[in-house]
Amino acid sequence: MIRVKVRLFATLRENRDKEMIIELPDGATLSDIIKHLNIPKEQATLLLINGKFAKLDEALEDNDTVSIFPPIGGG
Amino acid sequence: MGRYDRNMLCLSPEENDSLRHKTVAVVGCGGLGGHIIEMLGRLGVGKIIAVDGDVFEDTNLNRQILSNMENLGKPKALEAWKRMKLVNPDIELLPVYNKIDENNATTILQKAQVIVDALDNIGGRIILQNACEKLKIPMVHGAISGWYAQITTILPGDRSLDKIYSDVKDGEVKNLLGNPSFTPALAASIEVSEVVKLLIGRGELLRNKMLFINLLNNSFEIIEL
Repeated sequence: MIRVKVRLFATLRENRDKEMIIELPDGATLSDIIKHLNIPKEQATLLLINGKFAKLDEALEDNDTVSIFPPIGGG
Repeated sequence: MGRYDRNMLCLSPEENDSLRHKTVAVVGCGGLGGHIIEMLGRLGVGKIIAVDGDVFEDTNLNRQILSNMENLGKPKALEAWKRMKLVNPDIELLPVYNKIDENNATTILQKAQVIVDALDNIGGRIILQNACEKLKIPMVHGAISGWYAQITTILPGDRSLDKIYSDVKDGEVKNLLGNPSFTPALAASIEVSEVVKLLIGRGELLRNKMLFINLLNNSFEIIEL
């Protein structure tokens, strides 16, 4: 198992914690976290691992920090 | 003339004068764009291309600085021109009363040294990024929703919006968070400071980085893209 810190931004914090530690099986990806947290895919458009841009299928390592942002598109 | 005296010390006299010879395109003359045009005009940016295909309506009055009770139903781009005539007749504002699209974008924007994203939808922003890529012109991106805002500066080749809006389907996201008065004004200010830094070639840009603002929790975070 790996332990990953997850930080949620903007509306993703509604009805969820702002920060949390999640345990996942070895080899888990960002996509697995989104499913685990029940976040609709279209609401998780910008993902970071340890502060750097990452793709949905990127694998996580123990002690990674994941940040998830929803799309902001108004003006 | 005292008009630009208070720009001094923040800008050198040479930097201040150089702004008079610059052209900046502002795409969108609504919540973000109105404030951006106001600030660029007062700074003395010589030429502003102001693009918007919409007219003012009463739902704009809560935040769009160019809107008022007397210009409802009037084109936003033309109202921007009228406003700059009042505020700073030294500068030229070229109003473009037209929505930006794949066909007209490069023609409308080609004379600009910097292009400012003040749009209200993701599809339009992708069109704008494509045009900036073709023209090799830097673009300052800003977007807001409710209490949240984001700003980044995109140089040719960066294509940062591909990361920010990856997997957004239909190029659209419904705005379910509203548009208050304070978020666009703040995002507009930061966009304008990025524009000025690009124009004078000084300072640190939000390049390959995005400032993400959450006013509800007072958090300002710079993330790497």
